[in-house]
Amino acid sequence: MLGAIVLMVVFGPLLWPVAINDIDFGARLQGPTLAHPMGTDDLGQDLLARMLYGGRISLAVGLAAMVVSVLVGVTVGAVAAMSRGTVGTSLVWLTDLFLSLPQLPLLLLILYLFRDTLAASLGQEAGTFILVTCVLGGLRWMSVARLTRGQFLSLREKDFVEAARAVGATRARQTFRHILPNSASSIIVAATINVAEAIVAESTLSFLGLGFPSDVPTWGRLLFESKDYLDIAAYWALFAGGAIFLTVLCINFIGDGLRDALDPREVRV
Amino acid sequence: MFNFVLRRLLIAIPSLLGISAILYCILAVAPGDPFGDLATNPAVPAEVIASLRAKFGLDDPPWLRYAHWLLAMFQGDWGYSFVSRVEVGHLILQRLPTTLFVVGISQVLAMAVALPVGVYAAVRPYSLFDHLASAMAFVGFSLPTFFTGVLLIMLFSIQLGWLPLVYQADLPETGWAWFAAQIRQSLMPIMVLALFQCASWTRYIRSAVLDVAYLDYVTTARAKGLGEFKVVLRHIVRNSLIPVITLVALQIPAIFGGAIVTEQIFRVPGIGSLLISSILANDTPVVMAVTFVFACLVVGFNILADLAYGWVDPRIKND
Repeated sequence: MLGAIVLMVVFGPLLWPVAINDIDFGARLQGPTLAHPMGTDDLGQDLLARMLYGGRISLAVGLAAMVVSVLVGVTVGAVAAMSRGTVGTSLVWLTDLFLSLPQLPLLLLILYLFRDTLAASLGQEAGTFILVTCVLGGLRWMSVARLTRGQFLSLREKDFVEAARAVGATRARQTFRHILPNSASSIIVAATINVAEAIVAESTLSFLGLGFPSDVPTWGRLLFESKDYLDIAAYWALFAGGAIFLTVLCINFIGDGLRDALDPREVRV
Repeated sequence: MFNFVLRRLLIAIPSLLGISAILYCILAVAPGDPFGDLATNPAVPAEVIASLRAKFGLDDPPWLRYAHWLLAMFQGDWGYSFVSRVEVGHLILQRLPTTLFVVGISQVLAMAVALPVGVYAAVRPYSLFDHLASAMAFVGFSLPTFFTGVLLIMLFSIQLGWLPLVYQADLPETGWAWFAAQIRQSLMPIMVLALFQCASWTRYIRSAVLDVAYLDYVTTARAKGLGEFKVVLRHIVRNSLIPVITLVALQIPAIFGGAIVTEQIFRVPGIGSLLISSILANDTPVVMAVTFVFACLVVGFNILADLAYGWVDPRIKND
């Protein structure tokens, strides 16, 4: 199902000819019809087109935030595990500090302070995209870092790594050639869960009205706009929220399945 | 025990300082000037602005400004809101109890449901109950809180008309009627928060209990002739609570984030909605103060969780 959603979102706007910003007051708030398969919103804009366009953005933000958080997390975790002495301890302290930061308030604060400058320098959409991705990734690397550090610490003392050390491999070579490939499975599982969390976080931001600019129809934004018309246009909220729910459900399923397949320590009764 | 408590409290102070430093760095780096509006006002000459800046210490080096800000925060002088000219501390104190009430009750409710369900599902793994509970937990975990809130509003307020849509801080009823009205209006926000947490906790409790349930000492307890209920309660649950408490502590920042969203949907007048409205109104002192309060709440609850951890696991206490 996730594949279907991704395909629809990537190729849909190319196939569905209706523009996302076609305002048509004559067709306000219609339920699903043949001309508008998902109905229209309060400005008469076609919901299917907006959902497809918004899907691209939501998924792209989710993936990009995951990439950022995994890169930062793996680097920090690996360095913390492989170095001895104060560097390791101070990185652990830094991770714990970031873990106790309240994420959503900080996210809102940073967006509030920096959105205008970035929009001025890079253009509305691109600027917000980079800001949202960096901040989302920057507040989620901690669990990946902890996980990586734990994996690395346990793998570091294994025999094959010690053998590599005995043959004279530098620490960098040990890390990249031996330890990293073996911890890749848990990192992949954590990355999958990170994508789901990032998509939900981006939708939450748009739902609060503070993510992308108001004419960009991400799924959270669509849900936000549908909030005021719940009694007469329930299909609007259901489509928008349902899309988020199904995507996150699929990603969680995949993550769970990956964890079952890749984690040998699972208790099998 | 006292040493443990003292040590945890002392460790919390550098964390709080670190968080405040990060918050202040973000504010210092941010563009925008508190006197930006004044600068565009043609009636105010440039020298007046310059002397105002010097008076408020805006030209001092950043670390000096941070020290002043920190000192002011600790003395309880949190500034005045740009929008309403009310003291920020006063605003926050007005709204904090509501948030704590909703969040606290929802977490207690979530734990009260998640613990029995998770334990029972793990004690009878792969049974019908287990499959149902896991499936529902999975679904509940993938539903974002704002979607659940919207769905509940659609169902209970619009279709059925049982529960009020908007939360009122000053209810006109008194006595038992007030109590009943309060429960009616806070039921939906509490259910939304509790549902999400309950789903994620059920899954973790189930896997934590599964880890413990097949260890040797449990089999010994059963072989000794202890009743099943006592075995589960005394041995399994107590030992599986340890990773669960760690998980609860790690999720506390996310819980407060969820509370922000819920307050927006149901118009609950708590500090979350204060944060959003002050962001939309560009009210910087309130935004900084509320973020700092959130950070303090998170650190405070982490300390509580650590203390609970020390109480549940005797090995930590005697460290």
